[in-house]
Amino acid sequence: MNMQNPDGYTTADGRQIGGVMMEMKNITLRFGGVAAITDISFDIREGEIRAIIGPNGAGKSSMLNVISGFYVPQEGEVWFRGAKRPPMRPYQVAGQGIARTFQNIALFEGMSVLDNIMTGRLTQMKSGLLAQAIWWGRAQAEETAHREKVERVIDFLEIQHIRKTPVGRLPYGLKKRVELARALAAEPKLLLLDEPMAGMNVEEKEDMSRFILDVNDEFGTTIALIEHDMGVVMDLSDRVVVMDYGKKIGDGTPDEVRNNQAVIDAYLGVSHDE
Amino acid sequence: MTKTQPHAQATTGLASIPALLARNVAQHGGKAAYREKEFGIWQSWTWAQADTEIRGIAMGLLALGLNRGDHVAIIGRNRPQLYWSMVAAQMCGAIPVPLYQDAVAEEMAYVLDHCGARFVVCGDQEQVDKILEVESDWLTEGQKPSVEQIVYIDKRGMRKYDHSRMNALEDVIAEGRAAHHRFDADLAKRTAELDYNSTCVMLYTSGTTGKPKGVVLSNRNIIETSKNSSDFDHLQAGEEVLAYLPMAWVGDFIFSIGQAMWTGFCVNCPESAETMMTDLREIGPTYYFAPPRVFEGQLTNVMIRMEDAGRFKKWLFDKYMAVARRVGPDILDGNPVSGADKFAYWLGNILVYGPLKNTLGFSRVRVGYTAGEAIGPEIFSFYRSLGINLKQLYGQTEASVFITQQPDGQVRADTVGVPSPGVEVKIADNGEVFYRSPGTFEFYYKNPESTASTKDAEGWVATGDAGFFEEGTGHLRIIDRAKDVGKMADGSLFAPKYVENKLKFYPAILEAVVFGASRDFCTAFINIDLNAVGNWAERNNVAYSSYQELSQHPRVLEMMRGHVAEVNQSVAADPMLAGCQVHRFLILHKELDADDGEMTRTRKVRRKVVEEKFADLITALYGGQPQVYTETEVTYEDGRKGAIKATLTLADATVAPAQRMAAE
Repeated sequence: MNMQNPDGYTTADGRQIGGVMMEMKNITLRFGGVAAITDISFDIREGEIRAIIGPNGAGKSSMLNVISGFYVPQEGEVWFRGAKRPPMRPYQVAGQGIARTFQNIALFEGMSVLDNIMTGRLTQMKSGLLAQAIWWGRAQAEETAHREKVERVIDFLEIQHIRKTPVGRLPYGLKKRVELARALAAEPKLLLLDEPMAGMNVEEKEDMSRFILDVNDEFGTTIALIEHDMGVVMDLSDRVVVMDYGKKIGDGTPDEVRNNQAVIDAYLGVSHDE
Repeated sequence: MTKTQPHAQATTGLASIPALLARNVAQHGGKAAYREKEFGIWQSWTWAQADTEIRGIAMGLLALGLNRGDHVAIIGRNRPQLYWSMVAAQMCGAIPVPLYQDAVAEEMAYVLDHCGARFVVCGDQEQVDKILEVESDWLTEGQKPSVEQIVYIDKRGMRKYDHSRMNALEDVIAEGRAAHHRFDADLAKRTAELDYNSTCVMLYTSGTTGKPKGVVLSNRNIIETSKNSSDFDHLQAGEEVLAYLPMAWVGDFIFSIGQAMWTGFCVNCPESAETMMTDLREIGPTYYFAPPRVFEGQLTNVMIRMEDAGRFKKWLFDKYMAVARRVGPDILDGNPVSGADKFAYWLGNILVYGPLKNTLGFSRVRVGYTAGEAIGPEIFSFYRSLGINLKQLYGQTEASVFITQQPDGQVRADTVGVPSPGVEVKIADNGEVFYRSPGTFEFYYKNPESTASTKDAEGWVATGDAGFFEEGTGHLRIIDRAKDVGKMADGSLFAPKYVENKLKFYPAILEAVVFGASRDFCTAFINIDLNAVGNWAERNNVAYSSYQELSQHPRVLEMMRGHVAEVNQSVAADPMLAGCQVHRFLILHKELDADDGEMTRTRKVRRKVVEEKFADLITALYGGQPQVYTETEVTYEDGRKGAIKATLTLADATVAPAQRMAAE
């Protein structure tokens, strides 16, 4: 499998991965004197499931925040679909077709599941505030159209039974699923998942893995995820970036990464030279 | 009475389900025939639209090479497309065989192999996976798989599969439609060939004893039964039913296909199993069937929620439920009731019963049935007192459901009613119930021995249940499975079901199994109801971390001891059955489950299996020791196995002295 081929490659299970969708070039991100990310480069290709792993404090979430436009790196460039991305507000990034979920669930607790997922369509609603408030004419037709998209997501993630339930009353595993639903409702080209399985039991992890694979398979969505559970990462992803102390120490297929000495050291805890 | 020669033509001229469909299209073409909630909205199809879909499927199946007499297995949750596939198969002269969707691959393997299904219609990927698993097992055993074509409805996750002999239903329909010039004539010919004697459907029994048997039901069986039972309850076009019970069960076939086609009423399919209660409420069926378990569950939920309600609401509920219990059943049966009571009931209906029925989804129920197991008298009268016309029926697959049922106004918890129209019932000398009816099955597929031992030359069928006709009313009462009724060591009568039912009427007890045949005394296994006992534990600050721990909690044991003592008291009141009092019992550390083979898919206990599997526990109960350590194998939903270990407490129960015959 030639992963340097600019036109993409074919995965072990026969999926066709396309060309480069997003490229991170020499990214460095500092908070005051602390370097969270140091000179990291990697790419994400069309249609692949790309994982970012690393021990605690390695800078994974910071990396995801750079991709999502929440942090602007001091050095380096982000290229998306062949164009260099200027510093952007997160909503502008969302407008480019990038959606995400959060490590600590960020849903509206008092709102129903349905309403929460509807917020995922906000960036695509065209009618004005007044029209939506009096819910007349175009606003009404528009909401119906968006609702249909949302219902397809609800069906896809099998959460029909909690459609009208306030999110605050749901167990953790379901909240995670609702968050995924909200991200999917935006019909993203690139989906960022920040620890989608954290705190889940085995059964919930199996369900979530299934959904992630199905999303990738059914909608062709490119997925970048951060995850701690090694088993899950190795099973799900096509390629893995490994970070440690803000540096990239490995990049490749799960097998390559698994046999990478630097990665083994990072995970087994070899002492770091200061 | 001499046996009439079977005639191939129906008196009404409607001799098959496709013929009924054609009539419905002509008579009710524009009325809703099927609904399914999908994407949050009730999607509906009129009879004319359903007919178009069914024809599309039929032609698609012809294009795939379906032959006359082929068996078409149907597996999945209740969806219009699966019902249509059954009718489409009939149109092609094939025989639909619905299977239990929650069956694991092993169980499916037996049925698929036995009927030799060439075509399988699956609801989704999960079912397709099971079929493929069965096939790969067959291949490793060197057996040639019978399945040639797999059709699936839900496309999700199916993209990567080998599609050389697999198709989405949508594509099958498209292909059939495109080629309709080629198939129109053949399809019309095949449909016209169907008569009263042709097989309508083959249903597998749940198999309380041994392997499932394929019950062959003809068009005569289904249509005559549907006609008679619809007339009995005045069912007609415009009724609404919710199709949520397993499609493989004869009841669903009669309600959702037989009666629906005969009367032209509308079949509603829920969005998913989890949303069933919401969907029930949204549809508000006028004709409703549920096993006692569902009614029990709903009542338990109501009671739990009332415990949490405010003081005023609770007071209102208690006050008016007392009124309902006193006069509700009489009002429902049309018996005279005083004016003051009528007013109180009317007020109660506005304040409590109406809103409650609405919440439960029973506002519009005109006819409700329960069957399959005995229902607790309190549960039964709760629903009846609310003004819900809940009745009991007694039936089995071999009878196309109906043997006896309760007419309006003659409803009681302890009988199963009078013989259904067209059904003759007799009681044999040993107490076993026999019946003969137009619905009586043709034969067991590939099993002449069982056919011969069940159905005699005159058409009488042994039910395997022991019962008697009550004097005066002519209502049938069922005591127990005839083969389970036995003798104890001292020769007194042993009827386990009788005692088990009494135990199961307690909300805290989900299931009970009583032993005692050829023994000195009776013992019992009890399964707690996690819902009810869990709620009780929460209320009483009883901490527990697992089902197993809760089941062995001393206070739970104490509660069960109380229940068993009460049951013993009531059993002792019957001089014939006083010997069946439970002397010792234990609470099982796991729920009896169909996946472990301890129950059938219709949730009836397989006594033999339980007896063999837990032999160590039974020995311990009779051995008199206070505790026993045990290890049990369990099967998880995905087919993996595991073991659970537990130390169970064996408890002694208070036994009531046998009462003498009351002085009469």
